[in-house]
Amino acid sequence: MLEPVNVSLESLNLMTLAPMLIPVVGALLILVMDTIKGGLDKSLYVVISMLFILMDLAALSNASNVFSVAGTMMGVFDVMLIDGLAILSQFIIVGASLLFIPLSLTNKSFHESSHPEFFALFLFMMSGFQFMVATDNLILIFVGLETGSLALYTLIALHNRDKSFEAAVKYFTMGALAAGFFSFGSMVFYALTGSVEINQIATVLAANNYADMGYVLVGTVFMLASLGFKVSLVPFHTWTPDVYEGASSPMAGYMSIVPKIAGFIVTMRLFEFLIHSHVMWLEVILYAVVVVTMTAANMWALVQTDVKRMLAYSSISHAGFVMAAVMIGTTQANTALFLYWILFSFTNLGSFSMLWMSRQKNLPDGQENDHSYSKFAGMIKTSPFGAVLMTLFMLSLAGVPPFALFWGKLYMIGSAVSAGYTVLALIMALNSAIAGYYYLKLVVYMLMKEPVDANNNGEVYTSNATLAIKTITGIAVVGTIFAFVAINPLLEFITAFVYNSGY
Amino acid sequence: MIDHILSILIFFPVVAALFGAMIQKDSIRAYGIAVSAIEFALSLWLWFAFDGYSSGMQFMESIPLIPAFGINYTLGVDGISIFIIILSTFVTLIGIASLGEMKNIKNMIITLLVLQMTMTGVFAALDAIIFYVFWELSLVPMLYIIGAWGGPLRIYASIKFFLYTFTGSLVMLVGMLFMAYFYNQATGEWSFAILDWYRLILPENFQLWLFAAFFLGFAIKVPMFPFHTWLPYAHGQAPTIGSVILAAILLKMGTYAFIRFSLPLFPDASVFFMYPIAVLAIIMVIYTAMVAFAQKDIKQVIAYSSVSHMGIIIIGTFALNVEGVSGSIFLMLGHGVVAGALFFLVGVIYDRRHTKIMSEFGGLAHSMPRYATIFGIMMMASVGMPLTINFVGEFLSLLGFFKQSQILALLAGVGIIVGAIYMLASYKKLFFGEITNDENKNLPDVNKRELLALIPLTFLAIWLGIYPKPILDPINTSVESIVQLMHDKAQSAEAKARIPAPLSEITIPKSSIEEAH
Repeated sequence: MLEPVNVSLESLNLMTLAPMLIPVVGALLILVMDTIKGGLDKSLYVVISMLFILMDLAALSNASNVFSVAGTMMGVFDVMLIDGLAILSQFIIVGASLLFIPLSLTNKSFHESSHPEFFALFLFMMSGFQFMVATDNLILIFVGLETGSLALYTLIALHNRDKSFEAAVKYFTMGALAAGFFSFGSMVFYALTGSVEINQIATVLAANNYADMGYVLVGTVFMLASLGFKVSLVPFHTWTPDVYEGASSPMAGYMSIVPKIAGFIVTMRLFEFLIHSHVMWLEVILYAVVVVTMTAANMWALVQTDVKRMLAYSSISHAGFVMAAVMIGTTQANTALFLYWILFSFTNLGSFSMLWMSRQKNLPDGQENDHSYSKFAGMIKTSPFGAVLMTLFMLSLAGVPPFALFWGKLYMIGSAVSAGYTVLALIMALNSAIAGYYYLKLVVYMLMKEPVDANNNGEVYTSNATLAIKTITGIAVVGTIFAFVAINPLLEFITAFVYNSGY
Repeated sequence: MIDHILSILIFFPVVAALFGAMIQKDSIRAYGIAVSAIEFALSLWLWFAFDGYSSGMQFMESIPLIPAFGINYTLGVDGISIFIIILSTFVTLIGIASLGEMKNIKNMIITLLVLQMTMTGVFAALDAIIFYVFWELSLVPMLYIIGAWGGPLRIYASIKFFLYTFTGSLVMLVGMLFMAYFYNQATGEWSFAILDWYRLILPENFQLWLFAAFFLGFAIKVPMFPFHTWLPYAHGQAPTIGSVILAAILLKMGTYAFIRFSLPLFPDASVFFMYPIAVLAIIMVIYTAMVAFAQKDIKQVIAYSSVSHMGIIIIGTFALNVEGVSGSIFLMLGHGVVAGALFFLVGVIYDRRHTKIMSEFGGLAHSMPRYATIFGIMMMASVGMPLTINFVGEFLSLLGFFKQSQILALLAGVGIIVGAIYMLASYKKLFFGEITNDENKNLPDVNKRELLALIPLTFLAIWLGIYPKPILDPINTSVESIVQLMHDKAQSAEAKARIPAPLSEITIPKSSIEEAH
């Protein structure tokens, strides 16, 4: 006869769920409101979403306070794991969501944001990615990953361009493949160790000294492929440029930050013990993936004719850069990962919102894509302020000091140097130099070329601008220029959190 | 206020540039002149308050920026850097004052003011990362100046300029991170302060690698043979003001950095690489002088002659003794004045004829006598005539290297003779003979605005040639302490012998170390 299950509510530690449940409640509320009274304006939904995201942020700050006093928390049958990584990455996820959602308040009305479902899905997606980073249970990671990704596919498809639908289907297909890989990889690890918890897997594997090396290899490769799809590592990156091109600029910018940080956290949790097992081939695989991702993506970016596709390849290259931190695996490197990603978020937020501002409702005749380089030719003449801002974001992405991303690169290369990866440090430095070329290409178009269209009076660059979008761009500008003030507190905060989680 | 004079010198122009965006287009020239005149006056005040008998760093400021990673905003000047800072404010002032008519003059003046910030920053920075920040940032305004106001190939030239330097500096950045890492290994603390690094004695094999990493960054900037290919393009396409600042100040960043970083940080490696670098420098002197002789375009002649003179500066620096290093610093100033003036002079005829091809001219001495006189003086200064500014520097540099190797010094001397040949030949083509081209008959002579730039430069070129003492003395004082530091830090017997101790009584300059903390 079965024993009655007897669990005290206390031991469940339900508060660990609060940051993930707040957006879910918000999403449900939006759906209910739409059912009761349809046809409400999008600004209402934007503000409601922002309110819930702010509440989420408050819950997170609370969790971070608890963490700094009491250390890592487990909850809900020890499935939830709230450690420093979970809190830091949720801060990035929630913070980026807060900054990206107001970009829906456009001047022109677009198909996607006229549906309240857009905002509900957005909040569901956030919650999914938050679940993904706050656990080391492979099943819950899978659930979070799929919740987030399925919502994201739909969000992309909601954009009314032919390419958007193609992008969504492409992303969905690739995502399904990745999901398959993930479950297969988890299965192998479960078969090997009898557990789906990463720390259990690590303990069992270490106890029998990696005896079944062949199976570990199979499991690792499947996991790497699956996570490689999510964080767009070469050769699993093929969807990225097409999806970015098809998605609206805010969604593309969002995709370059939030799903990837979630992917990196899982990669970090999973590969941390594999790296420290000192298994040679594993390091070789990761090394190769990192170097190829950085370099190949840079080469492809050189030949793009569309700014958004260029930014897509650039974000692949940045992902490779950050993946190096996972491979190095020291506390300094893991700290660098977070620092880099926070600074990258600000810069990418700025560059994608600049693109979004210049988005036309319909494509003019004879123009294949929204953001070709030639559209920006001679921008300094007609719209000097905008050109200077875009230049600023490009310089930051290229790693020109003292703008935001330089400090991330500095600390990242510094961590490679400290860990003894001299060649890797040089490769990273040289890749930054290659990347300089394609960022500069846009700068050259904006500052040095003559406008292609003589009738261009600069209105096109701000045709979609509203106060909300300008404010967000302003925040990105301040974050990009004055990053150097924030580096020290950020570093201390992140280092403490990463160190206390044992990474 | 004098305590923060360096910060004011750095940030005054950029704040002024931001405000400049509000000024109406027709009044911007006066604003630019006013701001750069104030900046120049401030730099003169710095010189006035500077103690020329002290070898350590003066006017030091330090604000923690990222203490967790050892990055502090540390500034200071000594005899090595102060005059280059003054030269940079001076060149910016006369550059803006003599700016010809051009499109978008407002953007140009704002860009020049931003460029002024980065130049002062590079020479005043005493923290490697702050140095790096300004070093890289200086590329952006120059990229815009070449790319927006340059000749037909301007985009190619500006991108080549940017990417070349950017690549080299990133390798240098890895080198800096290694230095900080070694410092961390030795002391347990992170620090990017140059004065902290001075105390670090590294094993020779580490020195060699780090020297190579720093060398790549600096050598591309100088530019040393074989990394010099970006420079003729940049000069060929840049507008006059761009060439003037590039030649007078930006190239000096590389040679200055050799003295600030490479020599005192890696004395053993400096001795190890002395001959290879000297050979490269001599190739650079002679080869580019010959290339200059073959040019048809007067601006290219001056561009290549500029590379050739940078070779002499490098030779002086790597003489590793007080005469050589002081001479090379003095030659940096001399070259800044002379090359700057020559590019101005080319700009003068380019404004009138819109061509720089020498065969288009001839007999200009008849139609433009004043112009021919100034050009003649500057050309004499450029080939190193005694009693002109370059003579002092070239003589000291070669004297210094003569103590290390007679033959190489002799070869470098040959390079100077080749320099005289091509300069005189170009002068003949431009100014002597009959006027063959009718367009040249009625060319107006230099006007007041141009004289405003040229007279002070001519005056400097002669005055400092006759009486270099007020500048040479403070330079000497600081160089002595640097060379002494190198001697004390050198580990191998060869290095000790190659670097003579100028101040045998005093050990490592304690004052500069104490001031750093």
